[in-house]
Amino acid sequence: MTIRSLLFLVLPFAAGLANADEVNIYTARHYPGDDELYAKFTEHTGIEVNVVDGKGDALLERIKAEGEKSPADIFITVDAGRLWAAEQAGIFAPAESEVLIESVPAEFRHPDNLWFGITKRARLIFYSKERVDPENLSTYQNLADPEWKDRILIRSSSNVYNQSLLGMIIAEEGPEGAEQWAAGVVKNFARKPQSNDTGQLRAVAAGLGDVAVANHYYYVRLMLSDKTEDLEVIENVGIFFPNQGEGEGGAHVNISGAGMVKGAPHPEAAIKFLEFLTSPEAQEILALGNAEFPVNPNATIPEVLETFVFEENDTPSSVIGENNPEAIRIFDRVGWR
Amino acid sequence: MSAGADPSDPQRSRSHDLPAGENSFQGDPSSGAEFAPESLRRPARPSTKAVLLIIGCLLALAIAAPVLVIAASPVLGSDGTWTHLRETVLGLYVRNSVLLAAGAGIGAGLVGLLTAWVISMYQFPGRRILEWMLLLPLAMPTYLIAYAYTDFLDFSGPLQTMIRDWTGLGAREYWFPQIRSLGGAIFLFSFVLYPYVYLLCRASFLEQSVCMLDASRTMGQSRQQTFRRVAIPLTRPALAAGIALVAMESLADYGAVDYFAVDTFTTGIYRTWFGLGSPVAAAQLSAGLLGVILLVVVFERLSRGRKRFFHTTNRQQELPRWHLSRPKKVFAFFVCFIPVVIGFLIPLGILVEAATQAGFLPSVIDSLEWAWHSVVLASLTAVLSVFFALILSYNVRLAPGAISRTAARIASLGYAIPGSVIAVGVLLILGWTDRASTAWFSHDFLLSGTLAALLFAYLTRFLTLSIGTVESGLTRISPSLDQAGRTLGAGPVGILRRIHFPLLRASTLAAALLVFVEVLKELPATLIIRPFNFDTLAVHIYQQASDERFAESAAPALLIILVGLAPVLILSRMMTSSRKNGN
Repeated sequence: MTIRSLLFLVLPFAAGLANADEVNIYTARHYPGDDELYAKFTEHTGIEVNVVDGKGDALLERIKAEGEKSPADIFITVDAGRLWAAEQAGIFAPAESEVLIESVPAEFRHPDNLWFGITKRARLIFYSKERVDPENLSTYQNLADPEWKDRILIRSSSNVYNQSLLGMIIAEEGPEGAEQWAAGVVKNFARKPQSNDTGQLRAVAAGLGDVAVANHYYYVRLMLSDKTEDLEVIENVGIFFPNQGEGEGGAHVNISGAGMVKGAPHPEAAIKFLEFLTSPEAQEILALGNAEFPVNPNATIPEVLETFVFEENDTPSSVIGENNPEAIRIFDRVGWR
Repeated sequence: MSAGADPSDPQRSRSHDLPAGENSFQGDPSSGAEFAPESLRRPARPSTKAVLLIIGCLLALAIAAPVLVIAASPVLGSDGTWTHLRETVLGLYVRNSVLLAAGAGIGAGLVGLLTAWVISMYQFPGRRILEWMLLLPLAMPTYLIAYAYTDFLDFSGPLQTMIRDWTGLGAREYWFPQIRSLGGAIFLFSFVLYPYVYLLCRASFLEQSVCMLDASRTMGQSRQQTFRRVAIPLTRPALAAGIALVAMESLADYGAVDYFAVDTFTTGIYRTWFGLGSPVAAAQLSAGLLGVILLVVVFERLSRGRKRFFHTTNRQQELPRWHLSRPKKVFAFFVCFIPVVIGFLIPLGILVEAATQAGFLPSVIDSLEWAWHSVVLASLTAVLSVFFALILSYNVRLAPGAISRTAARIASLGYAIPGSVIAVGVLLILGWTDRASTAWFSHDFLLSGTLAALLFAYLTRFLTLSIGTVESGLTRISPSLDQAGRTLGAGPVGILRRIHFPLLRASTLAAALLVFVEVLKELPATLIIRPFNFDTLAVHIYQQASDERFAESAAPALLIILVGLAPVLILSRMMTSSRKNGN
């Protein structure tokens, strides 16, 4: 390993010496099950998996800068907005495969097969069991209501999960409606947006605010923890599936996804890898590793997620992605840092 | 490496072209042998200067290229994003960045200067241990400090939970300082970054003549007056350089300010580039950041003043330390101990606690591989950066003037630019050169995605550390030594090799160690441009922390501190032994 890394230095062109039996992956996912997954793939196919992981935005810039000489075969990222940005940058090539079309339902893949969803995650509302009656909770939209003044906890708008949530609300309510909503939520903040999703859940439990917005798997992670302070959070914080009423559109669901890079040096291996990622076997490893929902309907949903049954919002990922810059402008204007 | 051989080679071939007049004093070789050793007896070759200068300028341009590419892109036009930024968040970015840089600069300046003075001048129990312990925060990356403290002092952290449990107070019924704030960031940056000031001021105090301080005392000045009227003015260049480093380090920081929920230029650049999807506006923000950096540089130059201090010898005398009364001894001890506690011991404790709680221990083999990668990168960068710094700062000495000084300053630009921005600049440039080289040669000759790309980014980011250290070492060598060397017939390269290099040994080693520690801690650029399957310690911390699994990142975090301790300890040994070996 070390010798090979040094080879990269003394023989800069070593990177260009393509090995037939390998696939090169740039990924923005770093969840516990992912390494196990790559090992499984090598075991099944004999194809070595080379990985660079980092922030999705930055990796996308790297692929763009490397241009047609990029060694990347596959780009994996964790948000619909980012998939859309990558597609706009023209870095994806269509991956033609019957297997992929069978495995991934149409709403979770690009119409021209430029990218495929791998897992789903829901952005849900969490509340203090002590201070909030879930009867009073209804929709994301309702969080802008003055009744929640000084009670809402949510992270910074620099986070892509919030950007996608607002992207969905722009699609539902139009830009003006979305700006009014964001301004209303800002007025209701219990504190300046800070920390991460887990931090919001802990803050609800500690009593700093009453209602938080977070991705579902952070809550599940605390459920599965063996630390007493984590379990205390779960004891004090309830989970609420928003927008489940008639005509409310359903809860916001986002995807992580992957696509084949244009000019990939190993296109066949790349398609095999995508097929593997969406196969029931890999889907179950992925879903278990981070308590996410598999996109392949034939994959078993992890036991811990069995109670998570809810209506999903069907705004296409591409629309959410397209609204991303507008969402940030709105956040800037209403002072949601 | 090849650049090193260049300066001498063209000279050799050109020497016989020199006009007879300049060659004439070479005259009879035997007559020269009486006053100069054989190897020094070479004719002065003015054109060495020119060649070195050209090499230096090209080098500076290459090093600064990633910054210049980014900064030049506002010329590309506008997409309306800038107007949006100006109307909404730009004011906030400017305000926070300037306040953070100024606040951390002043805070770290005070802590560093005070501790350096106390350590240098007073005798108290624990002094010898504290002398090197004060450098320990250097090994602690700012993002780790931020994580440790925000986690610890946060509303749902252990300290506030304990307060609520003890007092029975409810969530919002008591006041506690908000750690995730500009004030919190300034406070902690001051206590992590002060070693830069301490290091430079301590070295400066060590070099100050004892006679001057004693003379001041004999003339009836109190210790405080001596400190204010003699020691501080003599230390001013070192203090200014240290404060400038701290200010630039705070301006470039992304990870820590993100934790502290403070919006600065760096977080703004990231958000504008990747979120708003506007590389142009992001580059315009970077240009704004460069403007703030320029302020810092001007401040540093101005506060150095016109004073120049030279030492004609590097012999120094052990300072007699002033003795203190018992309560003052205790006070002196705590003045020096508290920064170590805040900047190192507490965060270390929090990390150890987190690591044991998580029960996550990476396998020894994995950890060794990450550590090895980190060390290889850090050492290579350290060696290269010292070498380049020697060329650039030697130019300033040899051909003083606007050109050489501008070259050195341009090569220093990258220090205050966030690593992720530099990384994108590097990627853009290598993308072009890769395409060009593929077009020229039939074979692919790709630099993108190699360690060479990483080294490029590191040099752009950290070269200023070695330039600053080597330059300050060079300026303390009296020009009379050069003149003597020249009189004896040594060429510029000969003087560098035979006179300056031995005198600069300590400065160059210090420069190399500083760069080593910084590269070890560097994260954003490493993350973006490293080769496949190439994890370093910093990268591994990120992989855990980015997914909100902070406890799991504690073990690699401890490793990074451990590896960083070695060079820090060498640095502090060098500092203490310089006095003793002086005689």
